[in-house]
Order: sequence, then C-alpha cells, then structure tokens
Amino acid sequence: MIKTFILEDLDCAHCAGKIEEEVGRMAGVTKSTVTLLTQKLVVEAEDGIAGTLLADIKKIVKKYEPDVTVREK
Amino acid sequence: MSKKLKKRLWRILAGAALFIAALCAEHFIKGLSYNIVLALYLAAYFAAGSDVVRDGVQNIVKGRALDEKFLMLVASLGAFFISECSEGVAVMLFYQIGEWFQSYAVGRSRKSISELMDIRPDYANVVRGEEIVQVSPEEVSVGELIEVKPGERIPLDGIVTSGRTSLDTMALTGESLPRDVAEGSDVISGCVNLTGVITARVTKPFAESTVTRILSLVEDASSRKSESETFISRFARYYTPAVVGLAACLAVVPPLLTGGGFSDWIYRALAFLVVSCPCALVISIPLSFFGGLGGSSRAGILVKGSNYLEALSKVETVVLDKTGTLTKGNFVVTEVCPAGYDGDAIPSEKRDELLAFAALAESASNHPIAKALLAAYGQPVDRTRIKDLTDEAGFGVSAVIDGHRVLAGSAKHLQNHGIGFGAFSGEQAGTIVYVAVDQTYAGYIFITDELREDAAEAIGSLKRLGIKEIVMLTGDRKETAEAVGKALGITKIRSELLPDQKVDEMEVLLSKKSSSGRLAFVGDGMNDAPVLARSDVGIAMGGLGSDAAIEAADVVIMTDEPSKIAAGIRIARRTVRIARENTIFAIGVKAAILVLAAFGQATMWMAVFGDVGVAFLAILNAMRAMRDH
Repeated sequence: MIKTFILEDLDCAHCAGKIEEEVGRMAGVTKSTVTLLTQKLVVEAEDGIAGTLLADIKKIVKKYEPDVTVREK
Repeated sequence: MSKKLKKRLWRILAGAALFIAALCAEHFIKGLSYNIVLALYLAAYFAAGSDVVRDGVQNIVKGRALDEKFLMLVASLGAFFISECSEGVAVMLFYQIGEWFQSYAVGRSRKSISELMDIRPDYANVVRGEEIVQVSPEEVSVGELIEVKPGERIPLDGIVTSGRTSLDTMALTGESLPRDVAEGSDVISGCVNLTGVITARVTKPFAESTVTRILSLVEDASSRKSESETFISRFARYYTPAVVGLAACLAVVPPLLTGGGFSDWIYRALAFLVVSCPCALVISIPLSFFGGLGGSSRAGILVKGSNYLEALSKVETVVLDKTGTLTKGNFVVTEVCPAGYDGDAIPSEKRDELLAFAALAESASNHPIAKALLAAYGQPVDRTRIKDLTDEAGFGVSAVIDGHRVLAGSAKHLQNHGIGFGAFSGEQAGTIVYVAVDQTYAGYIFITDELREDAAEAIGSLKRLGIKEIVMLTGDRKETAEAVGKALGITKIRSELLPDQKVDEMEVLLSKKSSSGRLAFVGDGMNDAPVLARSDVGIAMGGLGSDAAIEAADVVIMTDEPSKIAAGIRIARRTVRIARENTIFAIGVKAAILVLAAFGQATMWMAVFGDVGVAFLAILNAMRAMRDH
C-alpha cells in the first residue's frame, strides 16, 4: 500500500531528511519519501502494518520536530 | 507568516537587542562588573536559543549526539567555556536567524507556487431540476449540467450545451490569448470563464478532471528527486560526522602532542562544529528544483519530476514527430492550378470553378483531403447539383456536377479513365488532387498539412541552444517529410516509418549519443506511447485535454507550441545551473573555513558566516529559479 501523510509546519530540511530515513527503516516499510516543499511524507509499506503506521510515524516525527502535526491525507 | 514563525522572530529580536546591550556594556562602560556583562550575554543567549538548549539536552539523553541542535549547543557553550562569550551568543543567535530564514523561505516559495497553481475551483453551479445549486465540485456526477458565469472557474471537464464565451487558459497553459468556445466545444476545468454564461454537460468526475490531474502531477513532481538532490543528502550524511570527528581530534590531539594550551585548539574545534551543519546545501538544492518546477508550470510546461528537469537540461538529441507536432495535422488547400495557365496569370473565376468541381465531387467523403477541399470551397454544398457519385476507393471519385462529368483524385485515377496529361513532377510537400472535366484534364489542387506557426522558430531556438542532433521521424511519404524538413531547417529525416520502426530508429539514435547526454522525443502523445517511453525524456504536446498525453509523457507541454521545447530546456538548464552554483559555493566556502580554522586563521564569526550566511545566500539564489527571466 502507498500512503501519504501531511507533515504540517515542517520547515527544516535536515529534520525532513532524518524523518525520511527513520521512517524508511521501520519494519514493513519499503520506501519513504519526505518532500519538504510540499510537506508530504509518502510511505510504501506492507498492508500488515496499516493499523499502527500513523502512530509510529507520529512518534518519529515528534522526536525530530515536536512542533509538526502529522495527519493522513 | 505563520504564528509560530512570528513567535520565533520576536525571540530572535529580543535576543539580538540583549546581545547589542551586552556588547555595549562590555566595550563602552568602563569599570562594569564582569558578572553583569556575563548575565547580559546569558540572557541574550537564552532569549534566542532556549529551545535549542532544550532540544539539544534531550538529544544527548536520547543518544542522538550528531543532531545539529546538539552541535550548536556544544559550539556555543564551548565558546562560553573558553571565555569567548560574545562569540557564544553570536553562534546561537545567528543559527536561529538562519533557521528562521530557512523556514520563511520555504514557506514563501511554497506559497508562491501554490498561488501559481491556484486553479482549483471552489464550487460548481449544478442544474438540478428547476433550480441551480452551488455544491463542491466533488459532488457533481458525470452527465449533470453545470452553469458557469463570467468570472467563474470551470469546475469540471465537460461539453458546452448552450451559450458561447471565451476562456482564459493562462493558469493552465501560460497562453495569454483567450480561447473561444461555443455549443459542442469541450471545456476544461481550471479555465476561467471571461465573457458569457455557458451551460455544460459534465464528462468526467472531479477526481479525473484536468484540474485535479494537473495539481497532483505538480505536487508529486518534487518527490521524484534529481541526482543532485540524492547526491546532497548522501553528502550530508557523511559530512557532519566527519567534521565533528575532525573537530574532536583538533581539540585534543595537537595540545597533547605539543604540550601547548587547550583553549586555542578548542576555539578552532568549535569553529569546525559551527560549519558542520550542511543546512545550506540540504535546503537550497531541493528549493532550486522546486522553483524550477514551479517556473516551468507557469510557462505551461509540466515537468513530472526533478529528475526529468535534470535530464531535460542535459538533452543533446531532440527527436520530433512530424504530424501533430511540427505540423497541425489538419490539411488545407494551398494551391489551385487550372490547366493551361502559367503561374500568376490565372483568373480567379477559373480557380473557383476548379475548386468547386473538386469540392462538390468529394463532398460525400469524410477523408481529411475532402474536408480540406470543402473548407477551401467555403460554401454550403448544394446536393442537387451532384449526380451519379461513385467513390473508387484508393484512387478518387467521379460524379456529374451541373451536367459535367468530373473526375477528382490521384494521377492514376485520371489515367485509369483514359485521360492523358503531364502529371506534376518535382518536390511535393503534400497531396495533389487532379481534376478532369468532361474527359479533359482541368488542373490540380495542392493540399498540405499546415506547419505550426512557431515550428521554424522552435527548431531555430533548439539549434541556438546547441542541441547537437535534431531528427524528424514520420510515417509520412519521403517527399512530404523532406519538404517539411527543408522549410524548418531539419536535415536529419527518417520517413515512411511504421510505429515499431520508430522505436528501432530511436534505439539507433540512443546508441549514438554521448553517455552523459540525453535524448528527448517530442510527440503528440496519441499513438507514440512506445517511443515516448523509450526516450530519456518523453515530451508530449497539446496536453490540455489529452489524458493519454499527460499519462504517457515525462514532460507535458500544455499548448500546441513546439517552441516550448526550447523554453523548457532553458528553464531546466537554468535550474540545474543554480543548483550547481549553490553546491559549489556552499561546499567551497565551508571547506575554506575549515582549512583556515584548522590553521587558526578563522574566527568564530567567519564560521557563523560559513553556516548561516552561506545558507542565506544559497536560499536567495535558489529562489531565483522560480522567477521568470
């Protein structure tokens, strides 16, 4: 499955890179792309982790950018 | 400016004010206790950077030491530690200014690009029963009638059922000339209605309408990253740890070896830490590409990814399809030559008569040639004048018009009927219809596919851009192809090709180009999908309203203007050049400061410039990519 998340208020390039990297390393995730300029995170992942995906992503984002709100598109 | 950004700005200003106060106190008020100065510096430090301190400390706790906030914390506190208070505050203050400016720049370009692509309709006026209801475009289904008043945006793709108007397609095509539509014309969502009220029947749901497709295309474009962007993120991954490692060595090893004081070496190491952040690069390269993508969309050229923009900048071979790309694909009568006259002395009644015979004879056919004849004839067809019409497929027609037996068709057609004449010889850039009246040769009519107005200019500007190879591919006859080539200045022509032979030709051309150069194919996207797919950059023209073209190509030119190919290459080259300038500038300055700092020649202030100043300049440069030139 491919899911798109909006990372509202994301404006740090460095953090965007780190979020992309760490989400990409999550179990079950095959590809993760963060686009700073459209504030989007696109995740390709196995269907099995769909239930926990948003919560896990929120955790990672919170770690690097506490002010960013994550919501599913 | 967002609330968050405003809050940060105030904190920076407060920090700056305290910093200036501290500097004045230190240098101009004699005999002031050092503790008061220190207190002022610390106040400035925390006003500007308390969040960095908080996050930095948290990062140590969580074991993520190479975070930039942590590094800034170490660099600034380190300066305090060796009693360089003003530098410590400066590092923090300017780091915050840099971060703030980064956020501001990102927000600005995001906003200006979304304004650029502000084509999303807010509502649709649907005719439901007796009344007109205003609903969101998503709620309208296919087949419903919508009304669009002047000044409103067309919400969904459809066909006009009543009314006539002109549409402003500027936001979609970059074309400033309005497009006229009337009953039966297709209208495309995203255009703005200018003059009259129209009613249209919806042909596509909102999710599949042009406006939605274009918006998602532009939004997704920046997630297809270019090689330069990938390079920079890889570089950043190694750069920071390497510089931090060097800083650690610099602080410890030389003083141990030479037995000298630590504080000079620590100062040098701190300068290293300040320039260890790759922010300038990480932000400015994607920003340049984002700007380039926005700039090209504004010009009516949709590029589907930063990677394609980069490939476009490296194009050295341009392969063009003829029909529909360089020519309009619609045929027009260009010459009417009654027999027995030479050149300019032809009386116009004779011309009209010949044209009328040919047009009436062909009037039952819907072949493009027949349509061209009828268009040139320009009068309603009076069917009572035509009798005994027979169509000899592949050759021509025969009919009795106003009592005269008329033959119209190929030279072979007339010869089959036993009519002798001297067939036209020489270069033919089109199709010739020969006409005989009452068993006597009466003349010929020349029909050609019209060249697009800007076709010659398109080829000319490609040549000026230094494109090495310009090749035309066509399924059309050799003579026609060569005549078109001659008119446009294309010397490399491959004609009479079947669709699969076009792919073969493409393979040959691909194998001939240099390894760093790219090959672009330009077609109308209708039946050249395999060739579009095989090329490095597939460019489809006339994308507005053609789903096939938008789907198949990497670059979509919204209008029917081949001159946009060169415009696209120009924007791509400019974008890549800006990105390269930023890469070289940022890496160069940082390397220079690192070397100077290692030899004790760089101050902390220079390091702050190497971090924040470089980011600032690189971002300003990147924002240039968005603007028109």
